[in-house]
Amino acid sequence: MTVVLETIDLTKRFAGIVAANNIALRIARGARHALIGPNGAGKTTLINLLTGVQRPTSGRILLDGEDISGLPTHERVGRGIVRTFQINQLFGDLTPLETLGLAVSERRGQGLDWWRIVGTRPDLITEAVEILERFRLTDVINERTAVLPYGKQRLLEIAVAIACRPRVLLLDEPAAGVPEDERHEILRAVAALPADVTVLLIEHDMDIVFSFADRISVLVSGALFAEGTPEEIARDPRVKAVYLGEEIVDA
Amino acid sequence: MLTILFDGIAYGMLLFVLASGLAVTLGLMNFVNLAHGAFAMAGGYITVVLVNHLGVPFFASLPIAFVATAAIGVLFERTLYVHVYRKSHLDQVLFTIGLVFMAVAALDYVMGSSQVFVQVPSVLQGQFDLFGIGIGRYRLLIIVICGLLTAALQFILSNTRFGSRLRAAVDDSRVARGLGINVNRVFALTFAFGSGLAGLGGALGVEILGLDPTFPLKFMIYFLIVVTVGGTSSITGPFVASLLLGIGDVAGKYYLPSIGAFVIYTIMIVVLIWRPQGLFTRAASR
Amino acid sequence: MTTPPSAVRSATEWLSARARWQPLEGLFWFSAFAAVFLFPERHLILTEIAWLGLFALSLDLILGYAGIISLGHAAFFGVGAYTAALLAKHEIINEPVLALLASGLVAMALGFVTSFLVLRGSDLTRLMVTLGVALLLRELANSFGWLTGGADGLQGVTIKPVFGIFRFDMFGHTGYVYSLSVLFILFLIARRLVNSPFGLSLLAVKGNPLRASAIGVSVDARMVAIYTVAAGYAGIAGALLAQTTAFASLEVFSFDRSADLLLVLIIGGAGYLYGGLIGAIIFKFMQDYLSVLTPQYWPFWIGLVLVVIVLVGRDRITTWTAPIRLFAARLDWRTFARREAAASKDQCQ
Repeated sequence: MTVVLETIDLTKRFAGIVAANNIALRIARGARHALIGPNGAGKTTLINLLTGVQRPTSGRILLDGEDISGLPTHERVGRGIVRTFQINQLFGDLTPLETLGLAVSERRGQGLDWWRIVGTRPDLITEAVEILERFRLTDVINERTAVLPYGKQRLLEIAVAIACRPRVLLLDEPAAGVPEDERHEILRAVAALPADVTVLLIEHDMDIVFSFADRISVLVSGALFAEGTPEEIARDPRVKAVYLGEEIVDA
Repeated sequence: MLTILFDGIAYGMLLFVLASGLAVTLGLMNFVNLAHGAFAMAGGYITVVLVNHLGVPFFASLPIAFVATAAIGVLFERTLYVHVYRKSHLDQVLFTIGLVFMAVAALDYVMGSSQVFVQVPSVLQGQFDLFGIGIGRYRLLIIVICGLLTAALQFILSNTRFGSRLRAAVDDSRVARGLGINVNRVFALTFAFGSGLAGLGGALGVEILGLDPTFPLKFMIYFLIVVTVGGTSSITGPFVASLLLGIGDVAGKYYLPSIGAFVIYTIMIVVLIWRPQGLFTRAASR
Repeated sequence: MTTPPSAVRSATEWLSARARWQPLEGLFWFSAFAAVFLFPERHLILTEIAWLGLFALSLDLILGYAGIISLGHAAFFGVGAYTAALLAKHEIINEPVLALLASGLVAMALGFVTSFLVLRGSDLTRLMVTLGVALLLRELANSFGWLTGGADGLQGVTIKPVFGIFRFDMFGHTGYVYSLSVLFILFLIARRLVNSPFGLSLLAVKGNPLRASAIGVSVDARMVAIYTVAAGYAGIAGALLAQTTAFASLEVFSFDRSADLLLVLIIGGAGYLYGGLIGAIIFKFMQDYLSVLTPQYWPFWIGLVLVVIVLVGRDRITTWTAPIRLFAARLDWRTFARREAAASKDQCQ
């Protein structure tokens, strides 16, 4: 297997708390990798470290063997590490169309164009509209994002990330808080992600994890606790113990 | 040299008493009160009127200045400020600048625009020599009063029930509310106390800072430096920042009269480049 | 999956909707230029409105479009004013338009350098830094009296004719045409800028910097860019003041000027470019009226207006412009018709 994203002894300490403890994670190209763990295990910290929102206390992050630990977030996005957020982090005053147009133009390095009126690049608009169609957002394409139903906003989160053409996509609980009847839309969108995009999924819902992932890592108290195929993880008694025999038993 | 250090400490401690209320209200409600200096000015003018026009002894005028300013503070807090807590920082800035302008113009109207002085009792005039250091009597008084106040403040914050509630509320007002602490009342009390301190500082400061209606504008930058450099998570931060600022300003103006006024700005910029979050903010980031 | 061309067409329409000229905008500028002929006796105050409007436009770029609160925008205004006055006095650049550009560039340079301080920290730090920079510059101008004239101001400045042809007169006729033209050109540039992908990214940065960086926007670089541009605009506004009055004094750096400016922008409403211009008109006429009433206590009225605006609610104040904007949209029947058509097309699909 080719490793696309790798962390070496990644450690993050906050005053007294070790939020990430010597994490050595290897993610294969094209993988559907899930990261699970009880609340407070440090999953979101790990995402923040991978995307550069926080700086590690020690350790390194390699993308295709190249050290990216020192790069700011936007440069990592340029190299293909893109994330979604657990709680919506969208531009409430912009429309989905504007949001997507912005993401596409930034990816193409046209974000500093200041003399060109928005909406004068047909190819750019076509790409934005295409992505919105793929995520079934065309009916709300010109609404203010802030007033969209929650499920639509979750879809837009993923759509924006896709517009950045990720090589590694970090999905932070994509279905969190979505009402049951809108859930399948999200799951369909996640399942339909392009095969060449490597996905690291952080999720609580074991149904989603086991239907989606081909590899699972378990994080407990900031440290990598177990890793394997879904079958191995489901059988692992230590993982069961951590989850106190929750849903994982049935999986 | 030591005399300058002494003067600088007196000046710094005065700044601390003036600004400490701002640091607490800022930390507690995340409220940017640029009108804090107006309360100090109120305290100053109250003392001037009491001592110069009504013949009240200087020492008796100080507690009156404190209480009266605290009362004004409560009045404003309950009637006006409460409506602005939940608004954006921009609104808070606009609102408090508006108050400053109104205060400046109103005092100009009532008291005139020229600088006023207060008749300090003769006991406090002049200086004496101690181990070759010239000690100004008035400045010694300031150090004593402000030192006692600082100690009292520290004691209240760390050893009383009110102090622990206040610290809890500053730390995380949402959690504090959840614990049944009436954050609004804690805040009103703190606001009153902070305004009172500013008023007392203003009263003490008439003699060495001078007092005219533009006082709140002139000292706005000092207050801002104290709270940004010192941070709002403890009172030690603003205290050290005040001393640094006071000593820097006095020494700068004495040794480098031509460029002395720039010292405080240099301090500000250096600190900002070195520690953008302030000198004494908690290391842990959230 | 192929995208129907109609969807792309309407998307193009929607995206460029913000940038489309409204009839009311045409009316606004037509009136402004018509005032050249209609109110020759009011040219002095109109000139003041023009540079104040430009100054407020500059603040709108950083406050309305990037969310930076500044207590010291007068720093750039003042630098522009002194640069223009000094260039003219020492006959370094005699042609006013060139001197104006030079003043803008000097202010931009200052904006670029100080933007790195402004980037850091919270709203509170920004208040301190912006205020501090303006005070520092005032202090500098005061200390270097041999150059700036100190507290007396820079006197004996003579401004040469614009393009060597149009001489500044004491009635402000040339001054108004000159200032208004500069304002119009810079407004066009700003309008273009805020409707560009760059402008859109500024809105994104203002709305949610964390998310903006997560789609690859370099938040810091964008802030530096807009702060620098805004500083240049403020510098040119200051230079206009200096050129039309042939004078520059320490007062250009004053805190009151920065605070008044906030009020100007707030009256008109931040975040839509015309806010500063409309605010400048209202502010100047208010000042004209109130300061005659009580010249010395004019700050009291400013303060009262600020307090009332905040207590009533800024959004409610700016909604008085909403009917106008709505009316403007209605007037533009082309937009309206297109929107209707697009909406019905959507329903069919």
